[in-house]
Amino acid sequence: MANVTIPVGPQHPALKEPECFKVTLDGEKIVGVEIRLGYNHRGIEKACEERTIVQSQYILERVCGICSHSHSTCFLMAVEEAGKIEVPRRALWIRTLIGELERIHSHLLWLGVAGHELGFDTLLMYTWRDRELVMDLLALISGNRVNYNMNVLGGARRDITDAHRAEIRKALPVFRERTAYYARVAQEESTLIARLSGVGRLTKEEAIFYNANGPTARGSGVDRDTRRDDPYLAFPELEFEVVLDDHSDVYGRTLVRIGELMQTYDLIEQIIDGLPEGPIGPARAIRRVAAGEAVSRYEAPRGEDIHYVCTNGTDKVERVKVRAPTLGNLPAVVRMLEGGFLADVPIVVAAIDPCFSCTDRGIRVARSQGQDVWDADALRAYAIEFYRKRGLDLTRVKAPGR
Amino acid sequence: MGVLVALYAILIFPGLAFLSTFGLVAEYVDRKLYARFQNRMGPPWFQPFADFVKLLGKETIIPAEANATVFKVLPAVAMAAVVTAMFYIPVWDNRSLLGFEGDLIVVIYLLTIPTLTFFLAGWASTSLYAAMGAVRSLTQLFAYEVPLYMALLAPALLARTWSLQTMARWYTEHPAWMLANLLGFLVAIVALQGKLEKVPFDIPEAETEIVGGTFTEYSGRLLAVFRMAIDMEMVVGAALLAAVFLPFGLGLHPVLVFVLFLAKVLFLVALAALLRALFARLRIEQMVDFCWRILMPAALLQLLLTVVLSGVAP
Repeated sequence: MANVTIPVGPQHPALKEPECFKVTLDGEKIVGVEIRLGYNHRGIEKACEERTIVQSQYILERVCGICSHSHSTCFLMAVEEAGKIEVPRRALWIRTLIGELERIHSHLLWLGVAGHELGFDTLLMYTWRDRELVMDLLALISGNRVNYNMNVLGGARRDITDAHRAEIRKALPVFRERTAYYARVAQEESTLIARLSGVGRLTKEEAIFYNANGPTARGSGVDRDTRRDDPYLAFPELEFEVVLDDHSDVYGRTLVRIGELMQTYDLIEQIIDGLPEGPIGPARAIRRVAAGEAVSRYEAPRGEDIHYVCTNGTDKVERVKVRAPTLGNLPAVVRMLEGGFLADVPIVVAAIDPCFSCTDRGIRVARSQGQDVWDADALRAYAIEFYRKRGLDLTRVKAPGR
Repeated sequence: MGVLVALYAILIFPGLAFLSTFGLVAEYVDRKLYARFQNRMGPPWFQPFADFVKLLGKETIIPAEANATVFKVLPAVAMAAVVTAMFYIPVWDNRSLLGFEGDLIVVIYLLTIPTLTFFLAGWASTSLYAAMGAVRSLTQLFAYEVPLYMALLAPALLARTWSLQTMARWYTEHPAWMLANLLGFLVAIVALQGKLEKVPFDIPEAETEIVGGTFTEYSGRLLAVFRMAIDMEMVVGAALLAAVFLPFGLGLHPVLVFVLFLAKVLFLVALAALLRALFARLRIEQMVDFCWRILMPAALLQLLLTVVLSGVAP
């Protein structure tokens, strides 16, 4: 059989969101991959510029259905830094708690999705059943299962009561037991190990070079976690270990996520034990924010989320820039897929825990007189030159579609 | 055999009507157990039937590029082959409808035909996903078929016959010798998962990789017939295994034997559901590797054991 190109996406059962991976095959072996983004661009950054900061927070919460709290918190952290707004300590701890609960539900969801991509639906059914427990907790605390809306500018929207804490404390042993069980399954189930190990290899050097982040990088042994490296919210006062693994493949990423779940349970225990007293937000809702700009980093379940915010002294933002973790991880995916098998495409793509709608962006070329329009090649040449001056050689990174 | 009796056998029992009903029941048992293993509710008892009727009512789309005749005929060929195979398997006592010396080989041959139609269907669809599925189902065929045959031949060797009903008679007289084929039984169960394209060997229709695999382009009535043929294949495959490896209680009253037959088949279906719930899907090369490195030596070991034992067998 000659080389055939199979489109995985934009509509494909393996992908829950529209994205296109054009996979060129020699039999079952992959010889080339091309990624096309942009099927799900929603213009959120632009929408935020036209709305007030309070409204923008709700829009940004909807960037992602899984790490919704991450995006809203990351945005507000940037606004608060730019406008020099003090956030009460208790509010910071509450935000941290919701963020960690979100991590539980995201990682359990991922484990299920990974199982499904491997045709191991039993794992999917089990993890998603257990995930309901944390969804119930989030619904109990915030009233919502997905978009918790727990943040307000300068604080938290709802308080954590003793009843909430009791419920969480009751759920923790169950989580620990179930996660220990999944850890055992990952170590003992032979077909699962056969499908995960050696698949989607990404060495430590490659992970750094392709700028992988989150569990994808940590599964390749890159010691990088924003919660420890650039502590935000309550993390300076909390103790946890960054889970690393040196398998450098999908198996390693799985183990990292299971290990992180265990760390997260410890973190939640610390938070509900040490939740400081005090107000949870400003007495009056803040609307206007002083002019300034800030970049905030947040370790979302999927990796590092980065928001850039520029405020202009009004109740609107001048500019928001969102860099979702998936965008950082996509270049590494091409590397991971090359030389692999078609059967591994779904799991390798799923292993970065992709969120394509968070990542998607569009470019409009505005042609006006007297302006140079650069094509992709010129932009690439410019970028390579730009980074070369700063001592970074990016010629190894393949341009898309080549 | 009169024409009416023959028609009755072909259309009603143990032919189309019986096989399709039992196929749907087996699918229900499979789905319900699979769901319960996964901590789910599972479908109500009429769900497979409802799915079948719904598919019948759907529009049938034939790709413009495909060879329409081949595309339309293949599901019927698959079904016909499976139904024909059933006539050689003992159902209500130790005799089958059309048994003759050598029918075991015929049944094995007839059960290979559905897989070939899957391949041809995928190829005729002229869709990339379907073609990938087609190539995969053929690759898989070469991996599980040989161990399956070897495993099935061992009990025949012991009974010194190629006929399913002579075998049944032999094992009715010497029931203890059934235990000599245990290893072959295990090999056959695993290989049958490959034949039925179920997890961990559902590689040709791996949804998350190649969409619907072979059946990507099939829809409506044609897909309904294909799915029915697969359900029937599940029953006939299980019935063949039951006849060869579990030939006990065949001397009883015909009604009892028939009930026992249903129970044996459903037991094998339940076993398949358990396997399906326990494992992840393998990659095609892992599957081939497994079949030739583990299943094949196990089947050879069974054959060796049988050859040695047949020296002392009555």
